[in-house]
Amino acid sequence: MATSSVIGKKNKMGQTYTDPWYMMHEAPRTPSFFTGSEVIKEAIRRASCDVMIAYPITPQSEAAALIGELFVEGYVGDYFRGESEFAVMSECAGAAFGGARVFTTTAGPGTMRAMENFPMWAGARLPIQMIVTCRGINSPLSIQPDTLEISYLLNTGMLVWHAETAQDFFDWILIGYLVAEEPDVHLPLALCCDGFFVTHTKDVVQLTPADMCLPPYDPYRSPVPCMDMECPPVRMMRDPFVMKSNYISYATHASWQQEVWAAVERSRKHTIRWLDGLIEVDNGDADILIVSSGTAVSQGREAKALLEEEGIDVGIVKIKTLRPWPGEEIREATKHAKHIIVPEFNIIGWLAREIRATIPNSDRVFAGPHVGGGMTMPPEIIAADIKALLGIKTAALAGRGS
Amino acid sequence: MKTTRYEVLPGPEHFLPPAAASMGIRLPDPGQAHIHGRIVPEEEAMEAAARQFLSAKVPTIFPGPLVLWAWNEKAAQKAKAVRELYETIKECVTPAQRPMLIPMPDYRPKYPKINPEIEINPNHPNLTIWHNKIDTCMFVGVHCHQANLSLKIIRGGTNCYTIAMCAQAGHEDAMLSFRDATAEKILRLAEWVKKLKGSVKPPEE
Repeated sequence: MATSSVIGKKNKMGQTYTDPWYMMHEAPRTPSFFTGSEVIKEAIRRASCDVMIAYPITPQSEAAALIGELFVEGYVGDYFRGESEFAVMSECAGAAFGGARVFTTTAGPGTMRAMENFPMWAGARLPIQMIVTCRGINSPLSIQPDTLEISYLLNTGMLVWHAETAQDFFDWILIGYLVAEEPDVHLPLALCCDGFFVTHTKDVVQLTPADMCLPPYDPYRSPVPCMDMECPPVRMMRDPFVMKSNYISYATHASWQQEVWAAVERSRKHTIRWLDGLIEVDNGDADILIVSSGTAVSQGREAKALLEEEGIDVGIVKIKTLRPWPGEEIREATKHAKHIIVPEFNIIGWLAREIRATIPNSDRVFAGPHVGGGMTMPPEIIAADIKALLGIKTAALAGRGS
Repeated sequence: MKTTRYEVLPGPEHFLPPAAASMGIRLPDPGQAHIHGRIVPEEEAMEAAARQFLSAKVPTIFPGPLVLWAWNEKAAQKAKAVRELYETIKECVTPAQRPMLIPMPDYRPKYPKINPEIEINPNHPNLTIWHNKIDTCMFVGVHCHQANLSLKIIRGGTNCYTIAMCAQAGHEDAMLSFRDATAEKILRLAEWVKKLKGSVKPPEE
């Protein structure tokens, strides 16, 4: 974030560089009925973004195309299509090394194809923001929602946030730059959402004024030199560190990795301030808690309402950030829960694994229900699993048997 | 399981010590500093840093590229302040103490090795610390990532007391860290060294 000296000045589009706290918390908001893709566009309109690069892949293509319109209008400094997702992410690195605020979007197989770049981004301390509109990644091909790809991002050293709604998306894109560009953090952010459910459905979103924008990125606050071809991290593939076989090189590399994860830890303080906590708890005193992230939280809320009609008290824990992982918060929120239900839009159950590894008495965790490949998750199946845990019989939801 | 709070202390700590942030050490807010991971008012840290310089056998300042090159007016002012702090330490210690000013001019890995008498490198800072028997050092003008890298490696393999005069948010991997460094803040540290001259027990020979 540039120094406060730019606050109050106008950019070439006539937008005013605005104090970010005022812009996000106090400025008037306008309700608008938008798809998630349109919301991405509106957030980037206000993000003082220098460069946007993408490659078409469903379901992020619409957002990428809409940002092309912003480029034509003059809100984004540069915009082009890479040769593939791998090329896109490499080009994003180049732009960020050069001191630009960079934005990209990808999904599913695109995320996987570009994977080599993500630990490189984190190791190079590049605060690139990447929207991941999650979809299926495995054969047979599916373009439908599935959150398996998030699990591959969790150990890259990137910040990983999981938006539930279009409103989250709008706010978190802008806040994402504020956190990721802090000099003690300065890491890439993967802002994930469940494809189609968020990107292609319309919702009422409260937008900040279009004539306000974030102050520009200030690369001189970077924790590594900007575009210094002689020094790591830009100087990657000559003698440091991969070409040297000695203890010092190995120890330096290990320490470098530790510093990346230390930066993830440092992001906690800033993220808690801007997102009002890493988790959100509703009715946390209940014996039964639905703990999840993304749109599985929305389905959990519906299940909670269904169960309340039957007199079953259920609470909700929404996990906003996966990296940094809100371990302490989850331990505290679940300490009195008897049953912890973790619904997920993937069949692996990576979130349940993380929660089990975090809390005492992990046999309280019920990993499920799981759906994948684009299936919806009716709240009735969450409610049915909870009732089964409580020993209450329910009819099969997808069968025709008696 | 009983756990104890992690403290950022002189080493040698471990074959591969952890990053202090991963051990729960948090950075100070504006107006604060930290000593061994404990958040303190900045003035308390000023006094503690001055005492460290005055009680060390080889108190050393490692200025990095952000103050070694006059890339803006503030950098030039900070460089002058660093020089003044160094001269002040020299004036305030006993003849048996040996203050040093050793630059970290850039971060290029230099192999087979650097000349530890004239420079320090973030990838193998221990060579300079060991060669010169440095027991207290201060980083100033080093990019944050490189500073944390070096500070952690120093903690791992030496018993050197590390101080960071950081222009951004500070460094958990130093034993004592200031944040939001300015030329004025560096000069204030020099004032503390002058103020405590003669009141701190010098190291035993």
